Amino acid sequence: MANSINSGFHAWLKRDLLLAYRRRGEAASPLVFFVMVSTLIPLGLTPESARLAEVAAGMIWVMALLATLLSVDGLFASDYQDGSLEQLLITPQLLPMPLLGKITAHWLTTGLPLTLVSPLLGLMLSLPASGYLPMICSLALGTACLSLTGAVGAALTVSLRKGGLLLSLLVMPLYMPVIIFGTATVTYAIDGLNWLPPLAILGALFAASVALCPLAAAGGLRITSAN
Amino acid sequence: MPHSPLLKVESLAFERDDNCLLENVNLSLNSGEIVQIEGANGSGKTTLLRLLTSALEPSAGKILYNGSQIADCRYQYLSDMLYIGHQPAVKLTLTAEENLRWMVNSSAKTNQLSIAQALAEVGLAGYSDIPCYTLSAGQHRRVALARLLISEAALWYLDEPFTAIDKQGVSFLEARLQEHLNRGGAVVLSSHQDLGLNNLRKYSLSAPTGQTQ
Repeated sequence: MANSINSGFHAWLKRDLLLAYRRRGEAASPLVFFVMVSTLIPLGLTPESARLAEVAAGMIWVMALLATLLSVDGLFASDYQDGSLEQLLITPQLLPMPLLGKITAHWLTTGLPLTLVSPLLGLMLSLPASGYLPMICSLALGTACLSLTGAVGAALTVSLRKGGLLLSLLVMPLYMPVIIFGTATVTYAIDGLNWLPPLAILGALFAASVALCPLAAAGGLRITSAN
Repeated sequence: MPHSPLLKVESLAFERDDNCLLENVNLSLNSGEIVQIEGANGSGKTTLLRLLTSALEPSAGKILYNGSQIADCRYQYLSDMLYIGHQPAVKLTLTAEENLRWMVNSSAKTNQLSIAQALAEVGLAGYSDIPCYTLSAGQHRRVALARLLISEAALWYLDEPFTAIDKQGVSFLEARLQEHLNRGGAVVLSSHQDLGLNNLRKYSLSAPTGQTQ
């Protein structure tokens, strides 16, 4: 039984990573969005580095959130259309494990690249040097929370024709603690305060999301498939 | 001790938004038997099959597998079941081989036949490593049907399996179904086609009386 739980996780993780690899262009679009919008900020706001530095942390976090929100919409959409989701719902394995595999694949293809490219954006937005490490840590944990909670919204809205807007409304309140503690981690570090407490809260949010979101997404998929 | 059939459906009903889609469905299926669900378009054939797979919850009635309710033996029941729906669940960007490998991975009971052999048998020998978006609808269906060669599940639920496949494919599928029945398997399928199989029973669905539309 333990083995079959694992195989559900690995099988779906591998499959979604392979799918993302085959559609590299589409999979890269959140990252492109993230980088492109960041280049606009100095143009729209001010090129002055002192003023940019003040807003850099918040801007990077807002864009990471929006980039995740854009991509989480498609988490179950193609599986719903081609019947794979129906097959997923009737696998003998416990449903949350394959879902956790899918969500992990989503994070590996959106959250992780966003985290890795964030130092470059920090540079463009003149983020103070003390902010880099906290930014990377908080984005790594925070984007994982965003993928997990986003999956719950995606599961609930997958059968709707225009679920995108509803999805945003559903998950936005759940994203708020993540962005609050995410930016707090970076601004605390820049202000020379101890940045570990807000990061620890992000860690706690992540732990709670890992435990609860796959279950909630499984419930959501069962509800949507019944309609 | 009375022998309990492999699958028994007792007065099954399904409602959606106060609209009765199915009512009083009674079925009994032993190993070696096949039931063909017939009915006009919209009479609930797919709904019935999805109820059997447990993807939908019935609003009334029971589904018994070896005499116990499927909710009580969910793991055994789902491991012993294979469902091929309307949509073949084929990913267009994956190759036929990758698609089949993934489908086989996610179903519990499989035999030793290799993916390549199964694909060759359904007539996709030269197509195993090209992406499925270059294949036709009938070939997509064949990729999904290749699962039937690898599966060791006793219960097969097939929703319109003959859609989009050619004459040769139909006779191949019929032969495969007969082989499965001879080995003690059981099949529920929906089709408008006349099938030349032994032990075939037909079950006609009519529009339920409670329908308000």
